[in-house]
Amino acid sequence: MKDLLWLIPALPLASATLLILGGRLMSPRIVAALGVGSVGAAAICVLLTVLQWQGAPLESQLWTWMQVGELSAGVSFYVDGLTLVMLSVITGVGFLIHLYSAEFMAGDESYARYFAYLNLFVTAMLTLVMADNLLLLFFGWEGVGACSYLLIGFWHFDAANGAAARKAFIVTRAGDAAMALGLFLLFAEFGTLDIQAMSAAAGERWEVGNPTAVLATALLLGGAVGKSAQLPLHTWLPDAMAGPTPVSALIHAATMVTAGVYLVARTHELFLLAPPTLLAVAIIGLLTLLLAAFAALCQHDIKRILAWSTISQIGYMFLGLGVGAWGASVFHLMTHAFFKALLFLAAGAIIHCLHHEHDIRNMGGLRTRLPLVFISFLIGAAALSALPLTSGFYSKDLIVLAAFEAPVAGPWLWAGAVLGAFLTALYSFRLVFVVFFGRTNTLPDRQPGPGMATPLAVLCAFALVGGWLGVPVSNVFPEAETGHAALWVEVISIGVPLLGLGLAWLLFLGRGLDAGDLVASPPGQALYGFWHAGWRVDGLYDWLWVKPYMGLAALLRSEPVDRLYGAVVGLCRLLHRALSNSQTGRLRQYGTVMVVGVIVLLNIVWRAAG
Amino acid sequence: MDGLQVPMEHVLGLASLLFAMGLTGLMVRRNILFVLMSLEVMLNAGALAFVSAGAHWGQPDGQVVFMLILTVAAAEVSVGLGLVLQVQRRFQTLDVDNATRLRG
Repeated sequence: MKDLLWLIPALPLASATLLILGGRLMSPRIVAALGVGSVGAAAICVLLTVLQWQGAPLESQLWTWMQVGELSAGVSFYVDGLTLVMLSVITGVGFLIHLYSAEFMAGDESYARYFAYLNLFVTAMLTLVMADNLLLLFFGWEGVGACSYLLIGFWHFDAANGAAARKAFIVTRAGDAAMALGLFLLFAEFGTLDIQAMSAAAGERWEVGNPTAVLATALLLGGAVGKSAQLPLHTWLPDAMAGPTPVSALIHAATMVTAGVYLVARTHELFLLAPPTLLAVAIIGLLTLLLAAFAALCQHDIKRILAWSTISQIGYMFLGLGVGAWGASVFHLMTHAFFKALLFLAAGAIIHCLHHEHDIRNMGGLRTRLPLVFISFLIGAAALSALPLTSGFYSKDLIVLAAFEAPVAGPWLWAGAVLGAFLTALYSFRLVFVVFFGRTNTLPDRQPGPGMATPLAVLCAFALVGGWLGVPVSNVFPEAETGHAALWVEVISIGVPLLGLGLAWLLFLGRGLDAGDLVASPPGQALYGFWHAGWRVDGLYDWLWVKPYMGLAALLRSEPVDRLYGAVVGLCRLLHRALSNSQTGRLRQYGTVMVVGVIVLLNIVWRAAG
Repeated sequence: MDGLQVPMEHVLGLASLLFAMGLTGLMVRRNILFVLMSLEVMLNAGALAFVSAGAHWGQPDGQVVFMLILTVAAAEVSVGLGLVLQVQRRFQTLDVDNATRLRG
């Protein structure tokens, strides 16, 4: 199976190439078959690999990509347990989302372009996770960024979508610049970018807490933070919802945004040598998960709620990485891919059946009108809230308990994570109650067809039982110390989501408390507006970066430096005009000037002769 | 050499006078024909100075140069008259102040 590893990214790449070159000539049916089929074939390759996997890492060297001096980067793959988890998620969930897209995007005039971009994204993402060196990983990293840009701005006729795409591209670029610097530093230190060689050499070269190790990992973390939409580079993800909903499900929930988690997990040997960076990872994760949960509580747009919730859940993964619960984070990455893709696809089905309605205040009472979507959403929300026995419960519980046992500030991290879990349940079931219960505001004009229903049903199953799958990463990560937390810690961790569910029921089903009254009170209004605007971070960045930059651009538009050179040009022109005016073309004047000149010269000669 | 010997200063004075007249004519006359004639006067003034200098020192060079100047003058006049014809054709006048197309 090792020799077939190259097929996994090659299949979507071939399909993307065909669709880019000849997509216009193909009928939609062929386009869909090609786009969906290639990812499905890649998924089968991954499945075969998983079934035949013996537990040892597979390596496959295709060719040398570049060889410059000491630097030698190959197009070569390294597949271990961590990579297999990522591969299964990317191709498995990716295939379901492609299948869903075939119906969701039917009738779009750029149908072939859509599948070409989506296949290209899958290729880049597979390259990212399979790369055995950081350079190839960075290549995939930038590839997914480019595809994300293309797909957010897919409906580019609306200028707002283009602006959202640019924002996503530029904000993540800030993180990527840090990551590139980190790669330079690592290459200068180790003379190689091969991940395994580097991990092996790091322990000998650096003692724990070495400043260079801290700096290098902090720079890598910068890239991870940008890509995974963590504080302070999280602002692009809510706006990225401008893209088609399956894109949000695939790129901005299930796969690309978790690339940062993958990067940190992949280079965990380096991070283990830099405890300050690890603590920063945990704190960034905790702050992000809390801020995003509060913001999710106050959105109206169904996709923005899910986007903030994605930021918050990736915050959990970062928290897990930061406290050394590597396996738990990767596990949560996988379950999150299942239930968040499910939620996004269900939201897409609602939007599809409700004339492109995004605002949850205009929904309501859909429980009986769209029963399949209701069940999907309910399962997704339960898993997102980590209600017992759903997949999210197993993974999130591991992270929360690991946070409690963290060496630094453990109980605080745990308390934050538990508060986050409470808020998660609150906003998830607010969404369920507002959209599916109560008065019907908009009637659906159609039901999701089989192309959309099948992926929903499959993902429902995975969101429910995905927690029993487990992830085969015990060989990849160091053994976690599994101390048993006190009973009260476990009880609180498990019970809090139920409390959130209960509060949501009280608030949004009108049994006891009324959410409207809370929001209408003056402090409620202020907080609601503040959280609705995502803690006004966008406004802050606007003031801090965008406005000064635009001001500078406006200043430079008049080219102040060129004024100096303009003055030289002006002087030359002036002289030119004066001298060309002396050329009158009058013969008699020329004669006179000559005579005067001769007289003057003769005078000078005479005087010189004395 | 016997007979009337004109002092060189007188001849040179005459040559200067003729040259100054020619130059003045060149500067003040607007008719291109008169400008050409003024040029001829200036050339002949120069030739006269050469001849008188040759006579003074008893050298043949002055007369050789006179022959040369005569040739140059003939060539100049032939070209100049051609130009006069062209000016007349193009501008319907011989006023040299009208022919200012080469101004900058």
